[in-house]
Amino acid sequence: MQAVSPILSVQNLRRDFKMGDEIVHALRGVSFDIYPGEFVTIMGTSGSGKSTMLNILGCMDRPTSGHYILDGQHTETLKRDALARIRSQKLGFVFQSYNLLSRTTAIENVELPLLYNSKISAEERHHRAIEALKMVGLESRMNHLPNQLSGGQQQRVAIARALVNDPVIILADEATGNLDTRTSYEIMMIFQELHSQGKTIAFVTHEPDIATFSGRTITLRDGLLKKDVINEKVQNAKVAFEMLPPPETFEDDDEGEVE
Amino acid sequence: MNPFTLAKIALRALFRNRMRTFLSVLGIVIGVAAVITMVAMGEGSKKSIKEQMTAMGTNAITIMPNQSRRGGVQTESTEMLEEEDVIAIRENATYINGVSPMVTVGGQAIVGNNNSPTTLSGVSADYLKIRNYEIEDGVMFDDEADRMSKVCVIGQTVVKNLFADENPIGKTIRYKSIPLKVIGTLKAKGSGDFGQDQDDVIFTPYQTVMRRFSATTNIRQIYANSIGEGYAAKATEEIMTILKERRNWTKPTDPFRVFTQEEMIQMVTSTSDMLSLVLTAIAGISLFVGGIGIMNIMYVSVTERTKEIGLRMAIGARGRDILLQFLFESVIISLLGGAIGIALGIAASETVKLAMNWPMSVSVTSVIVSFGVCFATGVFFGWYPARKASRLDPIEALRFE
Repeated sequence: MQAVSPILSVQNLRRDFKMGDEIVHALRGVSFDIYPGEFVTIMGTSGSGKSTMLNILGCMDRPTSGHYILDGQHTETLKRDALARIRSQKLGFVFQSYNLLSRTTAIENVELPLLYNSKISAEERHHRAIEALKMVGLESRMNHLPNQLSGGQQQRVAIARALVNDPVIILADEATGNLDTRTSYEIMMIFQELHSQGKTIAFVTHEPDIATFSGRTITLRDGLLKKDVINEKVQNAKVAFEMLPPPETFEDDDEGEVE
Repeated sequence: MNPFTLAKIALRALFRNRMRTFLSVLGIVIGVAAVITMVAMGEGSKKSIKEQMTAMGTNAITIMPNQSRRGGVQTESTEMLEEEDVIAIRENATYINGVSPMVTVGGQAIVGNNNSPTTLSGVSADYLKIRNYEIEDGVMFDDEADRMSKVCVIGQTVVKNLFADENPIGKTIRYKSIPLKVIGTLKAKGSGDFGQDQDDVIFTPYQTVMRRFSATTNIRQIYANSIGEGYAAKATEEIMTILKERRNWTKPTDPFRVFTQEEMIQMVTSTSDMLSLVLTAIAGISLFVGGIGIMNIMYVSVTERTKEIGLRMAIGARGRDILLQFLFESVIISLLGGAIGIALGIAASETVKLAMNWPMSVSVTSVIVSFGVCFATGVFFGWYPARKASRLDPIEALRFE
């Protein structure tokens, strides 16, 4: 696996923030590579720099110094619009609070990233959105609005939205943070399924439990890389799910949507 | 993103906030309707004045003393017109086929218990031709035979006021205690909407007025008729020359002012132009206020949808895409308001025309310009909120609650 070139490479990445007179060093020189087909969790407590790292990996922020090479392209020096193009064509985001557009159907939410790619026709957009919804098992709910879906279903729509532009890497930010354990495991099943199909995934979480579903865990602390370990025993989310005690309520009413 | 998709997104967002959209649109509707109606009023009155002036005779030329005034104070003695000027023009001018002085006396015409507050106009027989009047019944007085005689020719309004159903010919009216015998009546010309009633006239020989009523030799105005439409300029030049020669005039300033009917129309309508400009400007202010309403609502909308903007940016929207999305919203509001406002303005103009019999004329130019101004309003007032949206930081925006 290490013979191929990395899909994502960060080298001595630093990020400073000015907070009044003080300079906060959120990242103090972090380096790692992620290879195609890897499922990596990035762990760390609050203040470890993992959110800053994710923002940079997601091309929404630029490092103060160091390099970030995504799919062979240096991104440190790119302008706003060029970064937007990378986000549109190479990245897929899954957020903690789903961030679906309210009063917009599931399929339209999934189509959204493709709207910002003028090369894709309306028919192709529709076709690809249906394919993405099929991958998360929600094609039967494609005309439902977010408030007609459970939290788990909303997150699955969000995952479909992250898949629809066929990104080189999917970035998930605490994607199970708003969900109960059962639903979290269901979501992890989907991520494992995507991983088995060859997708590259970087999953930020602070729950050690979730990290056991991934093949590799990078731990950050105080802006530095603390650990980078390969998980020898990857837990199967499907098995873990089946071992959970049966639910008391059938479906959660968790709702989170963009208002 | 293609314009069709942008329009769809914008329309959906506007539809979601129906009441808010309606109120913003209403601001523009009121502004545009006001502009359209005010312009229609201005254009209508201008048109009506023009029609009246044309009805007065297209070849008419007006001669008046040139009063040089500075700050309301007469700085030089004014050269007055005299009867000899009329005679000189009649005898010497070649581009003129009719000339008449105009001397007036204010007062009341009385017959029995009836009265008519009509100005008595002293003119010569040519006046009918110059002003497009025609005799309905009886005859016009003759300049030579009826010189200074106590006769008059009256318009239909005066007939109505003084004689009701009787035939006025041969009857006598009293004007300032002087009896005048009615020898003719004029055909109705119809009244103008803003100008004077052209049928509310009493004509008598000008010498009668000058000798019997006002005991003056000065003439306020002289009217002449050029021989054809193309000769007005030549005729005015010729008249000026005759008037100057008679006085051996050497001063650089002209002693009189000579206007063609075209120039008179311009003079009269310039006041109404000014008025309609002021009215339109006031209406324009309400359109401006409507624009501010759009700007306000767009700012609210941008703030409210910060998280949506953050999401759109995170999944690949460029600043430009966000800018256009919000700009489309404001332009749709303003164009919608414009379209409804134009329809409402036209309807209001037609209603005023029918209900109050005012001359209203909706100009195509005002409709096109209004629509253009609406578009510009949408872009102008939508620009800053849209730019604010487009410059949001995606990370900050996503975190916004």
